[in-house]
Amino acid sequence: MLSGTPFHSRTAPLCQGHNWRRWAGYVVASSYGLTHDHEYQAIRSSAALIDVSPLYKYAIRGSDAERLLDRVLTRDVSRCNVGRVMYGPWCDETGKVIDDGTLQRLGDETFRLTSGEPNLRWLCESAQGLRATVEDDSDTIAALALQGPLARHVLGNACDSDLMDLDYFRLTFARIGGVPVTISRTGYTGDLGYEIWLEASAADTVWDTLVAAGRPFGLTPAGILALDVARIEAGLLLINVDYIPANRALIESRKSSPFELGLDWTVRLEKSHFIGRDALLAEWQRGPEWKLKGLELDWGSLERVYGEFGLPPQLPGVAWRTSVPVYVQGQQVGYATSGTWSPTLKKYIALAHLRTAHADTGTRVEMEVTAEHQRKRVSARVVEKPFFEPERKRA
Amino acid sequence: MARGKRYDAVIIGGGHNGLVNAAYLARADKRVLVLERRHVLGGSAVTEEFFPGFKFSTLSYVVSLLRPEIIRDLDLPSHGLEILPLESTLTPLPNGDYLARWADHDRTRREIYRHSATDAEAYDDFGRLMYQLAFAMKPLLGMVPPDPTSLSPRELYRLVKLGKHFRDLGRERFYALYKLLTMSSADYLDEWFETEPLKATMACSGIIGTFLGVRSPGTAYVLLHHYMGEIDGAFRSWGFARGGTGAVSQAIADAARRYGAEIRTESPVAAVKVKNGRATGVALESGEEIDARVVVSAVDPKLTFLKLVDPGQLPIDFVEAIHRFRIRGSSGKVNLALDALPNFTCLPGDGPHLRGAISISPSIDYLERAYDDAKYGEFSRRPYMDIVIPSMIDPTMAPPGKHVMSIFVQYAPYDLNGGWNEKRRDAFGDAVIDTLSDFAPNLKNVILHRKVITPLDMEQEYGLTDGNIFHGELALHQLFFMRPVPSWADYRTPIKDYYQCGSGTHPGGGITGASGRLSAQVILKDW
Repeated sequence: MLSGTPFHSRTAPLCQGHNWRRWAGYVVASSYGLTHDHEYQAIRSSAALIDVSPLYKYAIRGSDAERLLDRVLTRDVSRCNVGRVMYGPWCDETGKVIDDGTLQRLGDETFRLTSGEPNLRWLCESAQGLRATVEDDSDTIAALALQGPLARHVLGNACDSDLMDLDYFRLTFARIGGVPVTISRTGYTGDLGYEIWLEASAADTVWDTLVAAGRPFGLTPAGILALDVARIEAGLLLINVDYIPANRALIESRKSSPFELGLDWTVRLEKSHFIGRDALLAEWQRGPEWKLKGLELDWGSLERVYGEFGLPPQLPGVAWRTSVPVYVQGQQVGYATSGTWSPTLKKYIALAHLRTAHADTGTRVEMEVTAEHQRKRVSARVVEKPFFEPERKRA
Repeated sequence: MARGKRYDAVIIGGGHNGLVNAAYLARADKRVLVLERRHVLGGSAVTEEFFPGFKFSTLSYVVSLLRPEIIRDLDLPSHGLEILPLESTLTPLPNGDYLARWADHDRTRREIYRHSATDAEAYDDFGRLMYQLAFAMKPLLGMVPPDPTSLSPRELYRLVKLGKHFRDLGRERFYALYKLLTMSSADYLDEWFETEPLKATMACSGIIGTFLGVRSPGTAYVLLHHYMGEIDGAFRSWGFARGGTGAVSQAIADAARRYGAEIRTESPVAAVKVKNGRATGVALESGEEIDARVVVSAVDPKLTFLKLVDPGQLPIDFVEAIHRFRIRGSSGKVNLALDALPNFTCLPGDGPHLRGAISISPSIDYLERAYDDAKYGEFSRRPYMDIVIPSMIDPTMAPPGKHVMSIFVQYAPYDLNGGWNEKRRDAFGDAVIDTLSDFAPNLKNVILHRKVITPLDMEQEYGLTDGNIFHGELALHQLFFMRPVPSWADYRTPIKDYYQCGSGTHPGGGITGASGRLSAQVILKDW
């Protein structure tokens, strides 16, 4: 049996359709209700509670903890003051992305790093010669994402501290139901939201307190299907879906650099050293071969493709995670890796890897769509990510 | 003297490689005859019922590397081949704990993580590197080895192609391969892992069928050999053949017969007839003579060149090289008929762990000590064992509710101090059962029948010279263009129209069928 997360005793009775899925060796709900629409709507219109405990979490401590992380991450970790959170990727020596995650600075010499795949070995190897320890907290720290426009109200009602001052990508320490927690203003939805980090043993208390506090605000437990739609709207990458970690790729062409993933802003080439810097500097000078961009499918084109068969456009009911070819004038110039109908934007959107020559915003491309068993091409426009960015996210 | 009819090809030895060879030749419309000494086909890949109601894969017990192209070419599934997956590897430990590796990635990761968090990640990285290297090395398994000393344009072209192939490996993988070729499996695995039972159980693949220890240089390469079965999209190709490994031989024989091959059992060959440096047929021990355009020996190189032909007809240096070919038997087999399942202390009762392999390999030191005994002519008092319970996967192997257990045991030297006899065989069997009983205490109470097979038994009953299960050790200096001897790795021999195949030729041991197929290709090219 795979284990449930620390919240399993609470989430299991809610999972009406028994729609469980695997995530990092745990089972989590795909959706709690029989459809996920309501859970998605909660993320965008009220507040949703999402169990994200399967994230890998590492505690990095010691007088050289900052040096270690500055060596590993592409970001300038020296600028990550206590109470700040940074998002960023880390690379191998050839400048290809191994993983990405958020880095929380909990204290002068204490950090927490999250990742999509196990990274203990990489961190430990990188820590050689440094006074820094790396501890795998993945099983002992539980995590909840509280996301949505009313998230602040819910959390304010549940915890003992005032969150009005907690800025985007900052963290604070508080108590929920008496349990000490770390609250970071982060999330995977591109909305106003928080992530709550706590000892796994106190999971039940924190869940119950949040659910009670959220009742007046329509707080809804949401599963991975709802989250997946939201994260595509937010233009956020999913490891093993939108990119393959460099240390897991069987062939070179499957690897991606941060530049190729649209993470240019996270790469601090001015740092004197970090793993992959030389390769990234060279790539920056010659320019990346690929770019990860947004695609917006053209509604008229969709109507025409399906119209041929006497059908209205058939929209994906859930976000898809397959590789779909993208063309320009009949030549394949890239591939989309995630896509969804955005209920908020009323647009069919996708994340796509495009050859740089065809990646400029506004470029017309075509994406493959299978309509009535036939491969068709639907016209699309290259756009900037995120697709959806409400002011409340940072406000 | 009786004279039989004339065949295009006579194959000596009805083991799986001989049968594959026959099937490919018959498929090319040759008139083919296979001659098997025993009453049953299969050689070491044989299923026998030597205790009523219990069927045993007497020697070879898992199907690992059977070439997918052979399965396709001969359409073996239509001839009854059915491979059932081997689900796990369990290593019970003396302290009552265990290490298990399962078919499911998450479950395996969790389990290794329990022993070492970093090993859990290293295990994935290691698997990926082996996969990449195995993918790079795989073409070598499917090709007739080129002769690196030959200056013929054809051989040079093949070498250049091979060189390019290695250049394409890339830096990291090239150096990894270099290490695998030069290091011991224990040292190589030490670079990756810290969990003793994990290192030890993985290291075992490096020593099976060799007279080497896990700390002997060169054993690391054999680790890689065992990943070959994982590619070609044929994941989980490690498995049991339904009906035992004899069913693999039967399926191949069936395919060969359908192509028109004739197969005779209880027909031991006394000698290959050679006239003017050319093989012309065989003489059976019965006195019967059979003429053939070509003769193929699928038995081991010592028999092929030192017994079946007069070595005087071969070049002296060739005979010397065959003499030097290392073929020391190092393993034995214990087959048990069981009244009930063994009950392992570490995981009591029935469970999925009994549907996979069980490896008695708690630590590198344990394995090296087992080798220490063998180095000086004794069987291991505490041996390495690779155990499967085929009746858990294929219930027809034993009466309902009963079981058969196959125990591969290393080390059991062929040249035992004082020689093998019944008393020594029993003592060897006792050492095996005593050791295993430490991990599964009920074992002695549920044994209905025990058959202990020593290397001497393998030689006398199954015709394996010195009791070596691979027709010659799978050591680096005896692989690829060195197998069995330099310049004669292309299945030809110094005697015209006399060909070789079998585990003693490239690519070596295991139920691969590869040498039978490649040899047939060479024969047909020369036709």
